[in-house]
Amino acid sequence: MSVTFEHKKNGINTENEMKRRIAEIRRDFPILNRKVNDKPLVYLDNGASTQMPKQVIDTISAYHTYHHSNVHRGVHTLSQESTDLYEEARETLKKYINASSTKEIIFTSGTTDSINLVMHSYAKKFLKKGDKILVSNMEHHANIVPWYMLSKSHDVEIVVIPITDSGELDLDTFHDLLDDDVKIVAVNHVSNALGTINPIEKITETCRERGIITVVDGAQACAHLTVDVQTLGCDFYAFSGHKMHGPTGTGLLYGRKELLDVMDPYRGGGDMILSVSFDEIIYNEAPFKFEAGTPAIAQVIGMGAAAKYINEQDKKFIHSYEQKLLEYATDKVSDVPGLKIIGTAENKISLISFIIDGVHPHDIGTILDEEAVAVRTGHHCAQPVMQRYGIPATTRASMSFYNTFEEIDALVLALKKVTDLFDVN
Amino acid sequence: MMLTSRTKNLYQEVILDHNKKPRNYRVIDEPTHSAKGHNPLCGDRLDLYLTVSDDNVIQDVSFVGDGCAISKASASIMTTLLIGKSLEEAHEMFDGFHDLVTGKSEDDKALNNRLKVFAGVKDLPARVKCATLAWHTLNAALENKDEVTTE
Ligand SMILES: Cc1ncc(COP(=O)(O)O)c(C=O)c1O
Repeated sequence: MSVTFEHKKNGINTENEMKRRIAEIRRDFPILNRKVNDKPLVYLDNGASTQMPKQVIDTISAYHTYHHSNVHRGVHTLSQESTDLYEEARETLKKYINASSTKEIIFTSGTTDSINLVMHSYAKKFLKKGDKILVSNMEHHANIVPWYMLSKSHDVEIVVIPITDSGELDLDTFHDLLDDDVKIVAVNHVSNALGTINPIEKITETCRERGIITVVDGAQACAHLTVDVQTLGCDFYAFSGHKMHGPTGTGLLYGRKELLDVMDPYRGGGDMILSVSFDEIIYNEAPFKFEAGTPAIAQVIGMGAAAKYINEQDKKFIHSYEQKLLEYATDKVSDVPGLKIIGTAENKISLISFIIDGVHPHDIGTILDEEAVAVRTGHHCAQPVMQRYGIPATTRASMSFYNTFEEIDALVLALKKVTDLFDVN
Repeated sequence: MMLTSRTKNLYQEVILDHNKKPRNYRVIDEPTHSAKGHNPLCGDRLDLYLTVSDDNVIQDVSFVGDGCAISKASASIMTTLLIGKSLEEAHEMFDGFHDLVTGKSEDDKALNNRLKVFAGVKDLPARVKCATLAWHTLNAALENKDEVTTE
């Protein structure tokens, strides 16, 4: 192993101690025991979706077994219990991202839904013809398409913040692009296609001075970084439960209360109103006015359990461990013939996107799956990133704190089988 | 290095060879038919060109594009088989090939041996679209559609 382990730093004394702690974490994730093609699963597709620990699975199961009922409605015991559990999850998530109030925590169905909410409820109301929205070149389609739709319906202009060859935001150009017409800046905290961690605080500081609203897509950050929305200083922050070891069907939108208060709901129905008659409807306050209809109760409670699980980990330890995995993997994959890493920013999460000379990512993905190594191949819903680098697709290995150095070795061995078969030198 | 039997079945020598050195990989300047094929799942794209004579015989066929080994080899092998064939023969060939890669027929005696190298695809449903992209594009070109996506 070529990684050096710093002794007594972060309270981890030895390599063995580190491995022991990771083995203990792995025991929480039942799916990591399964086999694919008779080989132990090597799950390196955490960028697409993370696995759930048994604490989350058990919480969801207990909810279904003992408490299920609708929320915010009945006076009976079960309804009170499920409402309490649901609102407890809101409290846990509030702490998870250090929001100042649960009124700023809106449950959605995912990052995509959260960004659409901002587009419909904020941007449609406050932007006008000729206004501009800056969107970075490294966004996921979820942070592009809603703005594109708005540009068509409301005649606003989308301006692209370019990225450098290493996959970092070109901040000089970003500053040059700022003028009085810019009303929204939409960027991701971490790029899903490149792994880059963006300097959100710098961006929000500049935007605040100019009264520009910042919408941060935190889908890839929520499991890997400590997110503190007050320190980040953004106006909106969006992420998904299934990318932070919770279930699918859940997401969160953080919005500053002053903004949420003046926004209108974009979906109408039950639970989001104070009173309804055919003459007048009075909306509930935030966050409830944005949560029309019966929510994904069990899943939201599961997302709360996931946040709790991560909060109970030694975050310093798991963050430094993930960085060691990144260092190790970056070093090891460089031995694979013809391999080139796409995204070499200085600050990255534990994610490696790469291409191999003469081998299409789809073939790499199929052969790796035969070796039980799960990676993502394709454009990662970030086609403008692929266009920026002039490539159709990449292969992406995205790690989590439950991955091991041995799993990186398995990845590299499988990749060498690919280059052997395709005769890449 | 040890490969699984499924990997070996899928990536046969012939397929790897056509992937590396695709045949008829060029643009026909004034084709009688052409179409663009696109597989949105993996981003495969190919442009197909044909020259068909008045009596419905394929005089020339070529392609350019970007794709995985399966789709590229399939396109390349398809072009080598189609030159000189009638449109009717081309359709029959596609039907036989389609049955092979979707596992509908085990051993079609009439099927050209060069197409049989794709038999491994039937074990991997996700790759059927890669293998058939060129053929679907051929159909689109002959029906005078400009574009086809396999979804
Ligand atoms: C950066 C980023 N933004 C947005 C999304 C969309 O998340 P969801 O599909 O959970 O709404 C993803 C998921 O891949 C992502 O990686």
